[in-house]
Parts: sequence; structure tokens; C-alpha cells
Amino acid sequence: MVGKFIKRFYTFLIFVFLYAPIVTLIAFSFNESRSRGKWGGFTLRWYKELLYDAPIKNAFYYTMVIALLSAIIATIIGTIAAVGIYNMGFLGKKVVLNLNYLPVLNPDIVTGVSLMTLFIFINLELGFLSMLLAHITFCIPYVVLAVLPKLKQLNKHLAEAAMDLGATPFYAFRKVILPEIMPGIVTGALMAFTLSIDDFVISFFTAGKGVTNLSIAVYSMARRGINPKINALSTLMFLGVLGLLLIINKRTVIENKGGVKK
Amino acid sequence: MRIKQKAAAYPYIGWLLVFIVVPLILVLYFSLTSQGGEFTLENYRRFMEPVYGKVLLRSLNLALISTVFCLILGYPMAMIIARTDISKRNLMVLLFVLPMWMNFLLRTYAWMTLLGKNGVINNILQALNLPALNLLYNNGAVVLGMVYNFLPFMILPIYSVLSKIDNTLIEAARDLGANEVTVFRKVIFPMSLPGVISGITMVFMPAVTTFVIPRLLGGGQYMLIGNLVEQQFTYVYDWNFGSAISIIMMVFILIAMAIMTKYDDQKEEGGLW
Repeated sequence: MVGKFIKRFYTFLIFVFLYAPIVTLIAFSFNESRSRGKWGGFTLRWYKELLYDAPIKNAFYYTMVIALLSAIIATIIGTIAAVGIYNMGFLGKKVVLNLNYLPVLNPDIVTGVSLMTLFIFINLELGFLSMLLAHITFCIPYVVLAVLPKLKQLNKHLAEAAMDLGATPFYAFRKVILPEIMPGIVTGALMAFTLSIDDFVISFFTAGKGVTNLSIAVYSMARRGINPKINALSTLMFLGVLGLLLIINKRTVIENKGGVKK
Repeated sequence: MRIKQKAAAYPYIGWLLVFIVVPLILVLYFSLTSQGGEFTLENYRRFMEPVYGKVLLRSLNLALISTVFCLILGYPMAMIIARTDISKRNLMVLLFVLPMWMNFLLRTYAWMTLLGKNGVINNILQALNLPALNLLYNNGAVVLGMVYNFLPFMILPIYSVLSKIDNTLIEAARDLGANEVTVFRKVIFPMSLPGVISGITMVFMPAVTTFVIPRLLGGGQYMLIGNLVEQQFTYVYDWNFGSAISIIMMVFILIAMAIMTKYDDQKEEGGLW
């Protein structure tokens, strides 16, 4: 009885710790006063002004476009790569997997700095393209790591059976293997999207002067004081993500139930 | 067929070479040359100077403290989640992942609102007629920021290992007369070690190299090794010295990882969560 109370209280405290800044952020997006400390009354002003704020809208646009593009491209390259790696010999597999781990293990700042060095070395102007290439680079390893376990679970004879029945290798891949490894691909794509949206360090080093994503915008604002409009935007994004996660959660719960029936 | 499938990895291998291997070779090259382009070890020697040694020690120290806090706070939480009914478990895990979907700079920045001189916490203290505290711009604030940002990376791997422990083993230990403490010490904790190890690495590594948290919550007065690298590349434009520090940092972390994974026999699945 006492143990249960302590557990609940502890869980409660940890969640307070995790959500305190988020609640603050959301609360201050409705704050009439510009200052961070004072509460000046309820307002929707920042939400209205957000609609007309070109720099913030621009940063939001770049964040979303980069996240979507890098998630899609990284998922395609990563999935194809995982199939290849899965079929490699012991030594080749080991080498490629270790290389694949490098961007995961390397500190963000080293990845960012080394990519910046590369882009400047080959005279690629820092901007949208360099940032996109950097994001794809740090996203692919996570896709590979998400897809590989699914390939290992796959029945090796499935594709062969399909081909015995007259399917071309590509048709067998599309109709037999792809649906089987789909959960891994979706996980990988979601991870890539999340990582890209939240990234600051690598973007900071690889984005040029003209291109700013939300993280960079927040970082450069932090000294002068954050514009409450950013709070409003994050509140909207938070609600969007919450909705998305609830849908995904519901879907997986249904899937799990379906799995039991089988 | 088999040979053809293997070829599917080639485009990615090309990508890895261009965007991972070549950049690292470039950084290594810069670290071994002077600004004029001649070969030198001066950049590495310079890092041995006491000023930089202090920065490295401070980074390691703060990261270590944060990791210990994360472990102390995170392990019980992971155990609580692992013992919740399956129906609620997913929701709890989701609640830990959710904050990570909000821009981490904004979340860190929000702590400035909470901790500041006229911040929320001090306002509450004043309302209670208590003296205001200096919460921001010190080591404590930096550690708090690290613990806040990295705690889920400690909880999730430990939880995923704990949730897979076979319950019959725990029952067997109890049947053989072990009390709760012994069961934890002799059965649960040793079996959860792989999760603890990946949790420690996932907290410690980013904590050593972060430059954003000390900049925002430490007010920029406590330079950590990440700040040093950032400064060399974006203000001082001494790429050679910056590259040398990056290489040292990277080697440090890869060695630490190698030691860690040596004790971890379940590294196969990538172990994120």
C-alpha cells in the first residue's frame, strides 16, 4: 500500500520534471506581456502575429521540408542498403555495419564540423542543399538499424517461393519482402523525421546564412530574448505531434490485437 | 540472385565514403597541419596546455555527475514502468518520448524562464515569503539541463531490458528464499546491466560534447569542450586546432564505447530503445 503510493508519487515527480518546461512554454504563448517572468493576462495575439511573421514561417518551412525530404530519401537509401547489407558476407557486413555506427556514435559536433569541412572543401555553398545532405547522412544509419532486424526475422524461402511461382526478383521484393519489413521501414522513417526536426548542432554547422531552421532561429534569439510567437508555434507543433502519436498508438494497439487473432 | 542483392548496399557504401569517411579524413588532415598547410603536431601539443586540460576535466566531470543523476533517477522509473500493466505501459513510454518531439532548444530555453531571477520558481518562492535563489548560470543549472534532456535516454534502454526479464526467474529466486533486496541485487540488477550500460553511454556521450546547454543555462561562462570546438570553428577560425580537439573527442568516445560494449553482450540490435 505504502509502496504503491511512493511509486505513484515518484512517477508524478518525474513527469512534473519532464513536462514543467513544456507547460511553461505553452502557458507563456498565451501571455499578453512580452517578458518571460511576468504574467500580463490571456491573449491570442502571438498566434495571430505568427501568421504574418515571415522569418519564423520561413524557419518552420525549412524545418519541415528538410525533415520530410531527408526522411524520405534516407528511408529509401537505408532500406535498399539494409537489404544489401543483409546479403553480404561476414567480413563485408561487419565493416559496413561499423561504418554505419560511426555517425550514430560520433558526437554531433564532430559530424557537423566534418561535414562543414567537406562542403567548404568541395566548394559547395552552405545552404539548403548542404543542410539536406547532412540530414540525410545522419538519418540513414537509423533506418538501416531499424530495417535490419526485420530482415533477420524474414523467412528466407518466401522470396524464393515467389520467384519459383514466376515472380521477377523485383516483383518478389515489392510484393513479398517489402510488406514483411514494412514495420521496420516505418519506424526508421519516423525516427529519421524526428531526428531531423529536432537537430540543431549539425544544422548549425551546415546551414548557410540564408537558410534557417527553427533550432537555429531559437538559438540566435536566445540572447535577445525569445519572441513569444515561437512559443505559439511550438505549442501548435506540440499539439500536432501529440495528435499524430495518439493516432499511431491507436493503430499499433489495433495491429497488436489483430496479431493475437491470427 | 544473391550477388545481385548484395549490390543493393553499394550506393549506401558510396554515400558513407563520401559523407562520413572523407570528411573525417579531412578533419584528421586539418588537425595534423598548421594554418599554412605544413605537417605539424602543434595542434595536439597545444591541447595539452593546462587551460584546455581544465576544460576537458570540467566537461568530463559535469557529464559524469549528470550521468549518475540520470541513473539514480532513471533506474527506479524504468522499474516502475516495467512493472505497470501492459495496457498502460505503452502510454507511459509514449509520455517519455513525447517531450523529445518538442524542439530541444526550446525546452532548454524554457528552463531559463523557470529558473531565471524573475522566473517562475523565484516568483513562487517570493509568494511564499522565501528568499529568491540564484538558480541560473551556474554548474547546477548546466547539470539540470543535461539531466532533463538526457533522462529519457537512460530510462528507455533500462526499461526495455527489464521488461524482457523472465518473471519465473524472479519467482524461482523467491522460492529459494531470497528476500526482495537479494532478488534485486543477485537477479534483477545483473540481468539489467546491458540496459544500464547502453543508458550510461547514451547519456554520457552527448553530455560530454554538448555546447548548447552550457551556453544557455551556464550563461556561456563555463566553457566545456563542445564550446571550445564551436568557438574554434565559428569565431576564431582556427580550423586546425578545432579539428585536433574534434579528433581527440572522437577517439575518446570511441574508446569509451568499445570498453562499454565489451561488457555488453546484447549489442546486436543497435540498442536505441
